[in-house]
Amino acid sequence: MLMRRLFLGAITVWIVSVIIFAGVEVLPGDACTAFLEREAQGKLLENCREAQGLNRSAAERYFDWASGAVRGDFGVSANGQKSISELVGNRLRNSLLLAFCALAIGVPLAIFLGVVTGLRRDKPVDLVFSTTAVFAMTIPEFVSATVLILVFSVWLGWLPGIVLTSAGAPVPEFFPEILLPVIVLGMVMTAHILRMVRSSVIEVMAGDYVQMAVLKGVPYWRIVFRHALPNALLPAINVVALTIAWLLGGVVVIEVVFNYPGLGRMMIDAISDRDLPVVQAIALIVATVYVGVNLTADIMTMVLNPRLRTHALRGS
Amino acid sequence: MTEIAATPAENTRLQRTLGVLRDVTARPSGAIGLTLVAFHVILAIISPWIVPYDYKAMDSLSMLNGPSGAHWLGTDHLGRDVLTRVLLGGREALLVTGIATPVAVIWGGLLGIFFGLVGGRLDEVLMRVVDAFLSLPWILKMLVLIVTFGTGIEVLIPTLAFFYGIPVIRIARAATHDVVARDFVSAARARGHGRITVIRRELLPNVLDTLMVEGAMRWSWMLLAFSSLSFLGFGVSPPTPDWGLMIADARGFMSFAPWGVLGPVIALSSLIIGINLTADALAKALGIDRAQKAPV
Repeated sequence: MLMRRLFLGAITVWIVSVIIFAGVEVLPGDACTAFLEREAQGKLLENCREAQGLNRSAAERYFDWASGAVRGDFGVSANGQKSISELVGNRLRNSLLLAFCALAIGVPLAIFLGVVTGLRRDKPVDLVFSTTAVFAMTIPEFVSATVLILVFSVWLGWLPGIVLTSAGAPVPEFFPEILLPVIVLGMVMTAHILRMVRSSVIEVMAGDYVQMAVLKGVPYWRIVFRHALPNALLPAINVVALTIAWLLGGVVVIEVVFNYPGLGRMMIDAISDRDLPVVQAIALIVATVYVGVNLTADIMTMVLNPRLRTHALRGS
Repeated sequence: MTEIAATPAENTRLQRTLGVLRDVTARPSGAIGLTLVAFHVILAIISPWIVPYDYKAMDSLSMLNGPSGAHWLGTDHLGRDVLTRVLLGGREALLVTGIATPVAVIWGGLLGIFFGLVGGRLDEVLMRVVDAFLSLPWILKMLVLIVTFGTGIEVLIPTLAFFYGIPVIRIARAATHDVVARDFVSAARARGHGRITVIRRELLPNVLDTLMVEGAMRWSWMLLAFSSLSFLGFGVSPPTPDWGLMIADARGFMSFAPWGVLGPVIALSSLIIGINLTADALAKALGIDRAQKAPV
């Protein structure tokens, strides 16, 4: 089962790489005409195609690109100046830093609130947090970011509303500038995870074995912590992973709003500049992260769930 | 799903629809949500006739003026009336998502039901492709197409309809799997009905509830995507008024002219919240737990 899951993950990444490569092939123009735009003719175009190796067959180029990517080498950007791996390195670290901070705050908070609202279903505390969660998860990131900047940066002056640290700066320099982006991202994440945990807790608490424990006279908190929560939180892991992956799209917007030097803003810049080699590289990296996060969640579920664990170990 | 239909008195489809509608409006979230959505839809239709100013009329003498009797929500950095632009700012978004949502749900839904019923090797392959598409962030997929083909609504509608239909395939397929195992489907097959008949008469009515809730959610996500694209400068092109674009434009003057931001923020938020409250109430009325699904 574990092997099958790993295999499926690898297959997905492979298909993504084909889609990314084929997508760029099928779309009109190539990396050089897109990048040079109106100047795409004569010597300039030839030089560019030479540097990008575009005068070879598609299959050859795919193989080159894919095998390079496996080794962490994504070739050079469309202007032919810089190695993409170098460009991407710091940006990826910065995006992961942003995501990690948001997760470190969001996940514990979401689980706590999710359990509380689940246990106090339809009571005032549930209504307040559930409604807030709907607001937080549905309002576009750029809207909540704009409002938070207006309140905390422009009106109150507590936090910087824009990130001015350069991409290569050491991690501590990102504080306190990173706080507002973390809050925006963390808010959306918390809202999504809270709702899932809540509904999972409600489902489990209505289960027969919980009712049985109640009838036996097991103390309430023992029921919650020993019987209900392990079962409620287990399926949440997977959904949390999917949510995190989905939020990668939102991170892009947040990075642009706050001028944060992460992978998302680099992607937007690359798309605006029509720097296709960079776009391809970022797409592949992001997709691999997505698949990796989901894979980790599946493995965690397997390890934590006794039934699946024996299943996985037996290899059936 | 079928509890309501099981009682003989409520057996017709119309009565069931009315019953669900009554259930939705009876919930506070549904009543508020539907009111907000209806308000925005009506406004989008009648706004060209009720706006006080021309949305592109610039006035260099009154730039970034605060709210006043002449301009209730003030003016923007080009001296245009903010109220006028807020009133008109949802039209493109509602038009685009209003067409793209049903298209996405229909093509994704039908494909998902078909492969959920048929299964087999092709189904396996299709699911891997769906997974692969879902592993790319929405913004990347959309931007690549928009940058290649341009930003007009004739590009945005098919792009949104295509990408937002892909996750529907998966959801419709899962819902179909739940139904296919039930006795009445085996019975229909045993009677010798073909695939198309089974899909139309047995599967579609049972998967429809899931698809309805899915459609409502997808609508709100499409709006989010559309306005985010506008905000980033890849959606509606100026001078067409659009909330996302207006927020992007007014952000630079936020410290001394916050009304330019607050108007579109409130308008966009109220529409998206309205759709989500409605979707929530609809899911509850139909007995579908949407909180356990990841937002793919």
